[in-house]
Amino acid sequence: MDEETRREIIMSNYMQPVGKKDTPKDTSNYKMVNSKNDSCIDNLDIYVDIKDGVIKDIFFNGEACAISTSSTSIMINELIGKTTKEAINYINNFESMINEKEYNKEILGESLAYEEIYKQGNRKHCAHLPYIGLKKVIEEYEETNN
Amino acid sequence: MNRNDFEILNNNLIYLDNGATTLKPKVVVNSINNYLTKYSANAHRGDYDISFKVDTLYEGARDTVKEFLNASRREEIVFTSGATASINMIVDGYFKNTLKKGDEVLITKVEHASNVLPWFRLSKELGIVVKYIELDSNNEVTIDNLKKSITPNTKVISLAHITNTLGDIRPIKEITKLAHENNILVVVDGAQSVPHIKIDVKDLDIDFLAFSAHKMLATTGLGILYGKYDLLNNLKPTFLGGGMNESFDDVDKVFLKELPTRLEAGTQSIEAVLSLDAAIKYINSIGIDNITKHEQDLKEYAINKLKSIPHIKLYNKNTTSGIILFNVEGIFSQDVAYYLNKYNICIRAGNHCAKLLKDVINTNQTCRASLYLYNTHEEIDKLVELLSDKERILKEMI
Ligand SMILES: Cc1ncc(COP(=O)(O)O)c(C=O)c1O
Repeated sequence: MDEETRREIIMSNYMQPVGKKDTPKDTSNYKMVNSKNDSCIDNLDIYVDIKDGVIKDIFFNGEACAISTSSTSIMINELIGKTTKEAINYINNFESMINEKEYNKEILGESLAYEEIYKQGNRKHCAHLPYIGLKKVIEEYEETNN
Repeated sequence: MNRNDFEILNNNLIYLDNGATTLKPKVVVNSINNYLTKYSANAHRGDYDISFKVDTLYEGARDTVKEFLNASRREEIVFTSGATASINMIVDGYFKNTLKKGDEVLITKVEHASNVLPWFRLSKELGIVVKYIELDSNNEVTIDNLKKSITPNTKVISLAHITNTLGDIRPIKEITKLAHENNILVVVDGAQSVPHIKIDVKDLDIDFLAFSAHKMLATTGLGILYGKYDLLNNLKPTFLGGGMNESFDDVDKVFLKELPTRLEAGTQSIEAVLSLDAAIKYINSIGIDNITKHEQDLKEYAINKLKSIPHIKLYNKNTTSGIILFNVEGIFSQDVAYYLNKYNICIRAGNHCAKLLKDVINTNQTCRASLYLYNTHEEIDKLVELLSDKERILKEMI
């Protein structure tokens, strides 16, 4: 992916993030997880609705930088409708990518916009932020449903 | 000023995060280097030349600090591990033993975590009440508002001299006067003031003062706890161990040393103490008033330029210390910091450890540029130029 494309993907997902909205009154179908990390001030609440092993919906709110907001938006776009297994596979590949390990480019879609984020020290944590939360929710789901 | 003394500046670094920590001049680096290479012995220990030398230098540093603050006695100067440690020692070592349920401590919502959380814990432990002094329309502490906050139960006022976000300078002399008329003790968090403005603890009549060496050109791992002798003498040591005891035979037979050694258990960061000695002498050679004036000039220069940029929101236009708190409208503070970093400019984004401040300025994250003696008008020009073009920030921040 060339730099211009990466920029465009990140900026459009930052300016109009998918799944960013205020918390509705009824969130009984959702599991909420707060994602933040020590190295920056990003702070996201992520809501996930999983049913029968499939991610039905994800939305989020909170305060975060351009990288973590866009990364969350892309995550939502890519993972709604996927099974929890597919999602975990996606997250593992994403983590390999930002940690400069081998990964499957084919499945990451727009997240490839962060393929060189490892060069920017701190910012890789921003890109990773939403996945920490989502992974936690999925793992908890698997534990209670298996 | 004196930029050649700071090797790190040779790489065109624009360092505007002096509220977090400061750069180190050559004399400070040399003082540490000399300790590590020429006389790296412990203080107060062996009977041999290099240990004697270290001991002399270590105690000499105490005299340097005493003179710098115009304290009455050298015993009033205690070395700790940082401003945070100093405040915790004051709260846990003194006030925990003297306050009782229902007593009130006055702070503000602009305090640094280190001047909030120890009081919160004491409130849980003892049932003291933590109250916030109401701030005026500039978010500053006024004597009138302070008067309104004082009740017969008020026992302590604990305030930053200069806050690390808004950079307002509190009228400490008037505050201690009013406090003492009402039998209230005053704790001053001097982390952002001692490095930047003249502090005379006698003239200001401060009861306890805490600050950090690393924010005044020395190295990390060292703080100072100043207390009036009679108060300090009643401060119970948090740490017990070597160096601070006279003798011990049994649980009932433990005898502690006099001040200040009693409050310095174990081996201190000796190189940090020696670096502080060098740093204070360096500051004295420039003149602290000249540093203050330089920062004021730069701040005024910066504010005058920044206030004409429509997308810049300034939170502390009117304060005179060298701290500039701002946001670029519509852009997350950390993205602004990343953008400036691309041009080798270091600023800080976030809440700056002052998490109650959001109630005061209605945002919990800001950009902070904080100045010191080596900053220049050209650096401000560069900052202003980079901030003036919002499209460019949006384009380059990722
Ligand atoms: C106002 C204020 N108080 C206390 C501290 C704590 O200093 P240290 O982290 O060196 O203990 C700081 C440092 O950021 C500060 O700005």
